Amino acid sequence: MADSTEILAGLAEIVEEVAGIDTAEVSADKSFVDDLDIDSLSMVEIAVQAEDKFGVKIPDDQLAELKTVGDAVSYIEKNQ
Amino acid sequence: MGLLEGKKLLVTGVITDASLAFHAAKIAQEQGAEVVLTGFGRMRLVERIAQRLPKPAPVVELDVSDQEQLDSLVERVSPHLGDSPRLDGVLHSIGFAPASCLGEGAFLNAPWEDVATTIQVSAYSFKSLSVALLPLLGEGASIVGMDFDNRQAWPAYDWMGVAKSTLESVTRYLARDLGPKGIRVNLVAAGPVKTMAAKSIPGFSAFEDNWDGRAPLGWDVTDPVPVAKTVCAVLSDWLPTTTGSMVMADGGFHAVGV
Repeated sequence: MADSTEILAGLAEIVEEVAGIDTAEVSADKSFVDDLDIDSLSMVEIAVQAEDKFGVKIPDDQLAELKTVGDAVSYIEKNQ
Repeated sequence: MGLLEGKKLLVTGVITDASLAFHAAKIAQEQGAEVVLTGFGRMRLVERIAQRLPKPAPVVELDVSDQEQLDSLVERVSPHLGDSPRLDGVLHSIGFAPASCLGEGAFLNAPWEDVATTIQVSAYSFKSLSVALLPLLGEGASIVGMDFDNRQAWPAYDWMGVAKSTLESVTRYLARDLGPKGIRVNLVAAGPVKTMAAKSIPGFSAFEDNWDGRAPLGWDVTDPVPVAKTVCAVLSDWLPTTTGSMVMADGGFHAVGV
C-alpha cells in the first residue's frame, strides 16, 4: 500500500509520460483540465496507467469526478 | 468447443476497456478465437488495454485514412497469424466526426471538409479496410462493421448519422462484390452503449434516457456484452447465408413506435 506522498510521486510520473508535463508541475492543487491542460483521452490513459500501477479500479463516472491531482491521489489511497 | 474455435480475427476500434471492440475481442477469445488488434493514435494506451484481454493480443497501428498504412497492413498483420497467414473475420469499429458535425445546429452548419472527414473515416474506411485485407480473406470469412441504425433522423447525431447511412450502403455494395469470393459483409446495429465514442456525442443522454423504456427487451446502456455477443455470432459460421444485412442488437427498439 502506497501512502499519499508515494501516490502523488507515482501519479506525477504517469502524467509526465502521458502528457509530457514536468513532474514538478504536478501538485495536489492542480486541476487536470484547467491547469495542466490534459484532454479527455489523455485522462483515460493516465487512469489506465494508474490502475495498473496502484491496483485500483477507476470507473469512467468516477474519473469525471477527479478534477484535481489531489482528488486522484485521495481516490487511489482510499481504493487501493 | 467455442463458437469461434480456431478462428483468426482482426479487431479494430479498441481504445479503452469500455470499447465495444474490446468486449467483442474478449468474448471472441473466450470462444476460442485468436485476435489481433489495430490501434489508432494512442498506441501506448491501446497496447496497455490489449494486455487486459484474457489473452494479451498483439496491436498493429492503423489509421484507416492513411493509404500507406492500408497498403502495408497485410505484411504487418501476417507475422501475428502463424505459418499460413489468413483471417477468418474482421471487425470494423471505427467512426469519427469533427465537433462541427455533431450536436444541436450541426447539420445545417457543418462545412464540407468536416463532413468529408466524417464520411471518409466512418464509412469509406469500411471499404478501404476490407480491400486492404482481401489477400488474407477467403471462402467463409466474415467482415462485420459497427452501426447505429440510421434509417431515420436522430437528435444530435447529424452528420455521423449521414455517415452511418453511407456505411449501411457501403455494406450492401461490399456484400455484392465480395460475395462471389464467399466473403460475408454485415453490420451490427447496436443500441446506445456508454463508451468513449458515445461520450463524445453531445446529446447522447437523449438516447440513453429513451432506449430502455421503448425497447421491448429493455436496454442497459452500461452493458456492452449483448452487442459484443452479437458481433461474435455474425463473425461465426452460424449465419452462413447472411450478407449485406444490418443485424439489430438494440433490444428491439427499431421494431416499435412510441
